[in-house]
Amino acid sequence: MLPLVLDQVSFAVDGRKIIDRVSMEITEGPRTVILGSNGAGKSVLMRLCHGLFAPTSGSITWRGQGNGRKRQAMVFQRPVMLRRSALANVVYGLKLAGIAPGERELRARDVIDAVGLAGVSERPARVLSGGEQQKLALARAWALGPEVLFLDEPTANLDPGATREVETIIGQIRAGGTKIVMTTHSLGQARRLGDEILFLSQGRLVERSEADRFFRQPASTEGAAFLREELPQI
Amino acid sequence: MHETLISLSEAGRLIVGVDPKLAEIVLLSLRVSLTAVVIACVLGLPLGAAIAVGRFPGRQALIVVLNALMGLPPVVVGLLVYLMLSRAGPLGEFGILFTPAAMVVAQTILILPIVAALSRQVIEDAWQEYRELLRSLGAGLVTSALTLLWDTRFSLVTIVLAGFGRAAAEVGAVMIVGGNIDGVTRVMTTAIALETSKGDLPLALGLGIILITLVLALNAGAYWVKEAAQRRYG
Repeated sequence: MLPLVLDQVSFAVDGRKIIDRVSMEITEGPRTVILGSNGAGKSVLMRLCHGLFAPTSGSITWRGQGNGRKRQAMVFQRPVMLRRSALANVVYGLKLAGIAPGERELRARDVIDAVGLAGVSERPARVLSGGEQQKLALARAWALGPEVLFLDEPTANLDPGATREVETIIGQIRAGGTKIVMTTHSLGQARRLGDEILFLSQGRLVERSEADRFFRQPASTEGAAFLREELPQI
Repeated sequence: MHETLISLSEAGRLIVGVDPKLAEIVLLSLRVSLTAVVIACVLGLPLGAAIAVGRFPGRQALIVVLNALMGLPPVVVGLLVYLMLSRAGPLGEFGILFTPAAMVVAQTILILPIVAALSRQVIEDAWQEYRELLRSLGAGLVTSALTLLWDTRFSLVTIVLAGFGRAAAEVGAVMIVGGNIDGVTRVMTTAIALETSKGDLPLALGLGIILITLVLALNAGAYWVKEAAQRRYG
């Protein structure tokens, strides 16, 4: 179903433009990191791509084969846990995806094992720790076998240990052939997980570069300023 | 003071000895109010959920009206239901005025707004939290509403019990449409009103004690359910 093509996409709330005429293409393969400071519009852009918001103007099209709506999943900055067990949270997503009843629990247990939560699978999801909840949210998305996985600042609320675990899981999901698109404001994470960088500033896409290039020599003045602020010269 | 003490001990004897007249009144009260609560929930919970997740013209006006109807004076409800059910009224042909059925109708009208308005509030709060996740997983409005009803079930129990408390404790509506007929439509509250004016204080006191105990037990139960659920499910 990839590539995902955005053509002159704008999104405004009460006349205030949050995303301003963004045109870009998200293609199969490289891990795409949407980078930018707080309020740059990263999360909104991702919600537009995922279909949670409709653009005020412009178009968003899945150009490839298959139904774009169905083969994508998203993990939010603050994991939303349903008031049921960890296992039931994953099963719930599979049920909505139309997976046969007999297969749901098997698949759910597989991914819960894979993210290292087998020991707490029967516990209510909302009493798990923040790190466990985010891993469960990843499992819930992963179980759907998405072609594209959107991750909105998946580690922003986590400590370094949990961040490392979540990044490992993202690597596993990617190894299974899922395209990763994530937002972050952390340069370290962008370096570790990004193959290509989409740099947003004040709702506009000001730079799209390969990660190596972006960190060595950003093409945009905004990108350069962002790198300088994050890594002050000593 | 002496009189009151004698009445109190007599009331105690009626309760402990399960006086048949007293038992009959208590059982009818429970039957009428429980039936009203069940009907109000069957109608009110889906209504509350629909208003919470739906977006339609007149929604805000409906919310305001429902909130206002929570404070309906029971005597006014009694009067309106009386007019509907009296022989000259539009529903007079059913001939249910002065029967327990009429009392169920009146109490249902009385507590339906309570159940609908309070459940709307609880479900909408949860909807704010769940909305993006449910949309991301592909849930439609009906599925979302059902999920929210299930996930807020412990808060809803409190609302249902509040509705029951209101039904069991009101006197105006059942007095008017039931007529307080001995052995047919006499319930706890109407009996207390009558026996007090007749001077039969032991029966009135006995019923009063049972009523207060019931309301207290319900509130304790509601509190306990919510606390236990909070600890267990977060």
